Formats: sequence, C-alpha cells, structure tokens
Amino acid sequence: MDGIDRRLLDALQRGLPLCARPYAAVAAEVGISEEECLRRISRLKEEGIIRRLGGVFSTRALGFYSTLVAMAVPPEDLDRVAAVVSEYPEVTHNYARRGRYNLWFTLVTGREEDARALLDEIVARTGVKEVHMVPAGRVFKIRAHFPMAVRGEEAAGYA
Amino acid sequence: MLDALDRAIVKELQGDIPLDPYPFRTIASRVGASEAEVLGRVRSYWERGWLRRVAAVLYHQAAGYRGNAMVVWKVPPDQVERFGRVAATFPQVTHCYERAVLPDFPYNVYTMVHGDDDEACAEVARAISAATGVSEYLILSSVKEYKKTSACYIP
Repeated sequence: MDGIDRRLLDALQRGLPLCARPYAAVAAEVGISEEECLRRISRLKEEGIIRRLGGVFSTRALGFYSTLVAMAVPPEDLDRVAAVVSEYPEVTHNYARRGRYNLWFTLVTGREEDARALLDEIVARTGVKEVHMVPAGRVFKIRAHFPMAVRGEEAAGYA
Repeated sequence: MLDALDRAIVKELQGDIPLDPYPFRTIASRVGASEAEVLGRVRSYWERGWLRRVAAVLYHQAAGYRGNAMVVWKVPPDQVERFGRVAATFPQVTHCYERAVLPDFPYNVYTMVHGDDDEACAEVARAISAATGVSEYLILSSVKEYKKTSACYIP
C-alpha cells in the first residue's frame, strides 16, 4: 500500500459523491485518473483491504429493526451455538467474548417481533435459554471509519 | 414506505456497487429505470437520513487496526448524556450507545474501541475513564469472530 492508496481509502471511506461519475470525482481529489482509481479499488478489494464498496444505511431510518443480543452459553457449547446463530442471514456480526455473557451478535430484521421470533427459534434449536436483546437507546456515535493517511507517528498520538 | 423500485435500488446498494465509470447507470439498467431516476432516489435517501453514505467498508485488521474491544460502562443515569458526548470525541471510539442493563450485568453504555492491539484499546479505556470520572467498566475483547457481514435488508 502506498500513499495514494491511503489517500484513496480515506476518500472512499468518507463516501462517494452521489453523481453520475463518482470515481472520476474521487480520482480528481486524490490526483489520479479515473481509470487508475478503478484499478486501485479493484486491487484493494482483491487484497482484502476493502470489504465492501456500497451503501451504508441507517437501519432504523430505513424502517428496519436492529438490536445487539447477549447470550450466556456453556463454554464447551460455544462453537456449536455460534454456528447455529451465524446461519441466519439476519445475523450480521457474531463474536465470542470473555465474561458472563460470552456470545454477542447483532440482528437486523423487518420488525421487532421478527427479532423475537428468531431468538425463540435459536433458543429452541440450541437449548440455551439465557438470551437477551439489548437494543440501543441514545446513540452518541456511529463511525466505522479508519483514518489511513494519518497512520504512523500521528496515529501513535491518538491515546 | 419502500416501493418496488426503492427495494430494487436498496438491494443493489446493500452489496457492492459496480466498479465502472457510471455505476448508477449500470444499476439503473439492472432495476429498469433511468440513471436520472436512480440518482434522484439515491440522493433522496441521503437527504432523508436513510442512507449515510456510499462508501468503502474496510477489513480493519487488514488496515492495521488489529485490536477491537467492546468496552461497557456503568454510568450513573443522570451522567449518561455527558459521558456519551465525551466518549464520542475519542477517535478510537467508533460506536457509542446507551443500552439497557442485563441481569448481573449493570453496564448501561457500550463503546466499540479500535486500536493497534489489546493494550492500545485498554489505554483508550483508561483515558475515557479519566476524562469522564466513570471508573466501573469492563473490557470485553473479542475471543473469536464467527461472522461479520453487512446488513441484508432486501433478500
């Protein structure tokens, strides 16, 4: 990855302009041609740096329901239960963490009732009864943006 | 509230948009609308707050941010607003939400913290604690990532 890649990744994470030729606009910002911009994006995807280039929606504003779910799973059962949970396309993130609640996952469904029904099904299939929905109350920050161009000595000053 | 064309456009945007000079024209041809109609609708989603942006989502480990921790905080109810505002100013904090407490788990604010490693995340938690005066927190590092995908709104 070179300096142009890092500047390109910063621009792409901030977002494409909603115009007919968004890559040309980003290319101009970074100082490369549209063709080179498309070539670099394609490579950054192949190299596993860019996971996705697409729309980032506000789930609730779009009319969908989302919640975090905490589950207390017997440790010896964790992989089996996690595999069941991950099967559902409504589950977007699923992590094992240390502590009393050791499986944490996020759900996106049409309505709250759909989320409840899905959890009932997970309880029935896994036998794990301690499952809690922990939907967000007040939201203070959402920003899945990782500054690239400042990596290095400046980044060390973050803390 | 989403009509058939909206659903078709959201379905295109929830995955990867085309990598060609005119991505919205390509999407338009797939959904059977004009480029102007598609761009107009996409802009309206943004104006209404449905769409935050059309952007790259990175594998953050690949981008060099290897540590990620969910740090949960026990914040007195009357201090939640102030705590949230202060925690949000930390660039390593990507998400900060108030949430309900769970049985035997009295934490009511959740922050996602990213850093170069676990120690960097712990350092951020200490700094947030110092800045807010909230000393009861738990760092829940991820032990295993079973799944990480983007939301599929329209199957």
